[in-house]
Amino acid sequence: MTMELDVFVGNTTIMDEEVYQLWLDGYTVNDAVKVRMDGGVMEECEASADVLLSDTMDQYRTFQMCERLLHSPSKLGNQLLFQIPPHRQAMLIERYYTFDDAFVREVLGKKLSKGTKKDLDDIGAKTGVTLKSCRRQFDNFKRVFKVVEELKGPLVENIRHHFLLSDKLARDYAAIVFFANNRFETGKRKLQYLTFQDFAFCAGQLISNWTVGAVGEPSVLFPSFVCYMDVDLDKEFLQELKELKVLITDKDLLDQHKSLVCTALRGKTKAFNEMETNFKNLSRGLVNIAAKLTNTKDVRDFFIDLVEKFIEPCRSDRWTAADIRLYLTHYNNSAHILDTFKHQVVWDRYMGVVKSCIFKMYHD
Amino acid sequence: MPGKLKAKIVAGRHLPVMDRASDLTDAFVEVKFGNTTFKTDVCHKSLNPQWNSEWFKFEVDDEDLQDEPLQVTVLDHDTYSANDAIGKVYIDIDPLLCSEAASVISGWFPIYDTIHGIRGEINVLVKVELFNDLNRFRQSSCGVKFFCTTSIPRCYRAVMVHGFVEELVVNEDPEYQWIDRIRTPRASNEARQRLISLMSGELQRKIGLKVLEMGGNAVVGYLQCFDLEGESGLVVRAIGTACTLDKLSSGSAPNTNTHMHPNTAPASNACNSPSKDGKEPVFGEDLTSSSGPPTPFRALPTTSSSPPPFSPSKPCSRQSSSSDTDLSLTPKTGMGSGGSVGKEAGPLKTLLRQQTQTALEQREFPFFTLTSFPPGFLVHVGGVVSARSVKLLDRIHNPDEPETRDAWWEEIRQEIKSHAKALGCHAVVGYSESTSICEEVCILSASGTAAILNPRYMREGCLDIGITDHRFEEPSPPSCGFCHIPYDELNMPFPAQLTYCYLCRRQKVPDVLFTTIDLPPEAAVTGKGCLIQARLCRLKKKAQGEVNATAISNLLPFMEYELHTQLMNKLKLRSMNSLFGLHIQISVGENMLLGLASATGVYLTALPAPGGIQIAGKTPGELSNEHHILTIQKRINDTIAKNKELYQINPPKLFALDPEVFCGINMELTEEVVGSPIPEPRQRSRLFRSHSESSDEVSELDLSHGKKDAFVLEIDDTDAVEDIHSLLTDAPTPTGFYSCNTEIMPGINNWTSGVQMFTSVRVFRLSNANLTNQGLNKIFTDLCENLLKSFYFKLRSMIPCCLCQLNFTVAVPEEELIQVTVTAVAMTFDKDQTQEKTADKPPTKGGSETEEQLQFPLELCADSSSANCQPTSKISGVPESTNVSSRDRCSTWLELLRLKAHTMRRGSVKTSRRTQSLAHSVSSLERCSPLPEGRSRSLRSSRSFGGSSVTVVKMTPLSFLPGTRIIKYLGIINMFFIRETTSLREEGGVSGFLHTFIAEVFSMVRAHVAALGGNAVVSYSMKECMLMENPNKNQAQCLINVSGDAVICVRETDQEPTPSTTNIGHTSASATDEAT
Repeated sequence: MTMELDVFVGNTTIMDEEVYQLWLDGYTVNDAVKVRMDGGVMEECEASADVLLSDTMDQYRTFQMCERLLHSPSKLGNQLLFQIPPHRQAMLIERYYTFDDAFVREVLGKKLSKGTKKDLDDIGAKTGVTLKSCRRQFDNFKRVFKVVEELKGPLVENIRHHFLLSDKLARDYAAIVFFANNRFETGKRKLQYLTFQDFAFCAGQLISNWTVGAVGEPSVLFPSFVCYMDVDLDKEFLQELKELKVLITDKDLLDQHKSLVCTALRGKTKAFNEMETNFKNLSRGLVNIAAKLTNTKDVRDFFIDLVEKFIEPCRSDRWTAADIRLYLTHYNNSAHILDTFKHQVVWDRYMGVVKSCIFKMYHD
Repeated sequence: MPGKLKAKIVAGRHLPVMDRASDLTDAFVEVKFGNTTFKTDVCHKSLNPQWNSEWFKFEVDDEDLQDEPLQVTVLDHDTYSANDAIGKVYIDIDPLLCSEAASVISGWFPIYDTIHGIRGEINVLVKVELFNDLNRFRQSSCGVKFFCTTSIPRCYRAVMVHGFVEELVVNEDPEYQWIDRIRTPRASNEARQRLISLMSGELQRKIGLKVLEMGGNAVVGYLQCFDLEGESGLVVRAIGTACTLDKLSSGSAPNTNTHMHPNTAPASNACNSPSKDGKEPVFGEDLTSSSGPPTPFRALPTTSSSPPPFSPSKPCSRQSSSSDTDLSLTPKTGMGSGGSVGKEAGPLKTLLRQQTQTALEQREFPFFTLTSFPPGFLVHVGGVVSARSVKLLDRIHNPDEPETRDAWWEEIRQEIKSHAKALGCHAVVGYSESTSICEEVCILSASGTAAILNPRYMREGCLDIGITDHRFEEPSPPSCGFCHIPYDELNMPFPAQLTYCYLCRRQKVPDVLFTTIDLPPEAAVTGKGCLIQARLCRLKKKAQGEVNATAISNLLPFMEYELHTQLMNKLKLRSMNSLFGLHIQISVGENMLLGLASATGVYLTALPAPGGIQIAGKTPGELSNEHHILTIQKRINDTIAKNKELYQINPPKLFALDPEVFCGINMELTEEVVGSPIPEPRQRSRLFRSHSESSDEVSELDLSHGKKDAFVLEIDDTDAVEDIHSLLTDAPTPTGFYSCNTEIMPGINNWTSGVQMFTSVRVFRLSNANLTNQGLNKIFTDLCENLLKSFYFKLRSMIPCCLCQLNFTVAVPEEELIQVTVTAVAMTFDKDQTQEKTADKPPTKGGSETEEQLQFPLELCADSSSANCQPTSKISGVPESTNVSSRDRCSTWLELLRLKAHTMRRGSVKTSRRTQSLAHSVSSLERCSPLPEGRSRSLRSSRSFGGSSVTVVKMTPLSFLPGTRIIKYLGIINMFFIRETTSLREEGGVSGFLHTFIAEVFSMVRAHVAALGGNAVVSYSMKECMLMENPNKNQAQCLINVSGDAVICVRETDQEPTPSTTNIGHTSASATDEAT
């Protein structure tokens, strides 16, 4: 029985989480009905296909009406049109802003522009995410980016506050915004093995250590004067990184560093020989990456450089993750003992992030 | 200058972008009342403006205060062109005119535009100062309270029920053919909204005046309707019941549970009350004492309606019906009392009855819009009375004046009155009126339930809900008294099979009982109730004027008959014997008539078990036919058996033996207490025994779906086969669901807090040009059935749950369209009934019922005590803690029974011993009930959620919210909205359009209630939902009228009103969530 008109409106808005997910995933009404039928919901209440169709349509309509509010989640809390209990509101928002890792991996570091949006159908085809869902996710990224871009203060906090997201999700969005803002290259073939969560972790490290906001907490007395931005890297710091070059340009220093590291490592790992032979190469690689970060272009290539200059050589020598950990720890610490090396603070700030990024990125 | 209205515009939020260039808005506000307008400053470039205006003061007559709404318009300032309207808010200030209602209106209101819907919100503060409080009632009727609730509102007591009030106002409709008109639809729709708001204000004021004239101070069961007649005008009419209400002090909540011991009324009261003046507190002292611990020996006699021993009439023979009927007058002579008198001996009573009669007959229409009553109010119920009349709107001589319509309704009401008389009744309760209009034809309908009311309620100063049933003569026990026929047994107005009441055995009851009222809370019911619907379509030829009207008139009786037959069949199929809340709607379209009858079927313990349905073929010779009939018969029998199980209809079979003993005891006790010489008690009890024997036969018959009593359906043609098929295709409600269209669900009284009110609308387009009546019926039935199925599916997470007050409305908006609109509430309940009985004060009306019901199980247990005692051994595993309360109540029962036993000892030792064992078996039964699943759920769901700044407003079509207590009525909500669109496709078609609109209406109702300081709407109803569409032009328009009572309610346990952001609303949803 097809109806000319068929609506059901509850005083408390009725929403089925399963249908909401189907809607978010971009299923058409008919496909959603099919999925629900296969899910066995019909047996639950002696329903027929008609009933299921009518219910799905109702729910889809409700979600469409809610979508406008979900674009600025703080409105959902004080709007009057739908009576939705707060915990349901939180669920609606969280689910709406949740994204597919496969999808975000494709757009990570890309400019959130119309150009990228045009490619969404390709991305959809590649990742198996429906175009509708791709659009929602992409628009979410863009929306969050636009709001947060110009805001002062800690990035994650801003996102959580404006979009009422959970901490985890807010952190992921911070990573996406950070990557989009700095346009980090993530799409190269060599980087394909990295997941979104790998990058999100690295972004977290960069945000909390290498941005202006990372330097210190805002002053209690003049919070408004501390206008730091979390979205951009600390330019001063990037400049200072150039000083690290001494570690590879000063031959004595390089040798000294090498011997310190080797002494510490000897007998502790099977890969000792490879470490010893590769030390200079690896050290040059890491320090060069640091020195080049003043160029925007090289910032973009930060991750590809890490892979090419460090991870790949290690991998070809079959270092284990423990080897990497051991090596980098001693590599970092030994620099402190070098008496002619004066840039300990910058070195630590740099190596701290690089170390944890490499730990995260060193896997198959 | 009797009043000063003050308004302040505080702020706006979420305003729409009116200036594309800046993506902002320059908003200001116009506040208008009557002809005075104030303006705020322009708040430049903001979507969340803060006006914080001064107080705008309007000095006005209170007459205007009643009629006019406060009109708040939000506009966008434009330097060069005309200012653009963003939207409007109409604020009804009536609640502020009543000292007991709200004192201030303050809150966020959705800004509404007829084209764009809700566009942001505005925060407004409104106050009223009324002057010269004493001498202000002339043209105005400030202070008269209005209630949509069709029972005495929860925190009031009725001092007096004055009776029927009605009023009707007419005006020219600013627009009756919206789509063809040239002027902007927005302008005319706004004019229309404003006009209707004005008219309903005026109507309410006029009704208020009538109430004041009658000496009342409130209107209960206020029912207001609109008739959009088209060219002849726009009619707003209302009916209600005028009452004098007294507010109960906040400390003492109205004790809805007055029936803890329904039989405590002193027997002697019944006869030695010669009071002609109700004010006289004859039994004052007596009363206060009887509200203490019950005195069982007195209690018992009233359960039986045996005439008082020293009554001057013939003592206690097999009732004095024969002699009294001699005296009785035939119904046509107008008295109609004979039948009822027949069962009650004593000239004093007759005197009282006649008093009532005259009291009522002095009134033009002894009608009551109430559907449930204070205990003792309703004496007998005769049956449903209804009248319909077909009128031609283009024949109204003076369309702008109300006279013609007044005359029409007068005519119908007279008819109803005479029908009631024919049933031996002097009053009509559960009365309602409705219309159906198609082009120039209008069907006026009225229906109600003929009844005999307790005379005391008609006189001043004697009505008190709290202890009423003690004060009044108790002609028959409350659990069955209303079933006893009011008409004359030998002169019956319609053919019915009369039997002796299965409860008291003293008076006659009909085999089935149809009513438009709610099931009286004190009624004894077996099993659960269920929604029963009869649906019917009849094609008619398209015609004009007189011919059309005649065609419709001719069809009406056939439709009524068929609907009645359908109801009867379905009732029998469910093995029930009575209908409550019966509502028959007949809707007229250009080429068809739709009939929809909805009611709640119930098995009244007092009435005989219904016989089965027997199929008979007209041509018994044919073998194949015979076989066919046999299979159908089998299916029917199976369905009946299944339904009995489903609705737990197990009329106590052992009971048949028991009541005789019961009655016997009663009698002996009466004898002892009063000490009057009844000559042959033994003989009398033998007499009763013979009755019960006959009832045994009935129940045997019933088991085999009887031969004598069976309802015979003849299959003579295909039509009949179709009928039977349709009878059997009604899908049973899925497990865990119950449904009814009344206030309370018979058999369920332990509601938990889950409440979900909803509105659903479906429109079906008939595509087939050559439709037959049969095909139409099928479509219509499927439409209704599918709707119900949809509800069950959508609300499945609330199981166990009951759909209450299922209110179906049908319409034929266009030639090939059928529209069904449903508003109802789903409420969760506790599966385990016995546990909840332990609650000391059940919040719902149904609460009192449990006590009533217990009497039967008790008797049952007594006889099967050996069987019932066995479970005791198994109970040991049940944790003690869960039983504390149940044991408490058991102990009170034990006490009661012990008392009973004590008094019985003098009469018969044997019975007393039995009663003792009975008490044991009861306690054992109580204990073995495990902790209900539903309860733990309700506990979980009551956790609170913080954060939201929006007040949660619950809405329900019922007069109460489970688990809560209403502490204040804030005033009536009566809102009318029109919404139109010229971009139907873009808004998601008609469904998208209407979905948005209904959600908007809900939100505006909630906002108004919240602004009054309330947190719930009770007795909510959607009176009108009229949709017109023109998909070709991409246009649609819809009118919605809703009403209800705004209230503040607190949780049962709380004393103080909960803060505005309570979480009561969330609990329902969270309960919904549990299962999803």
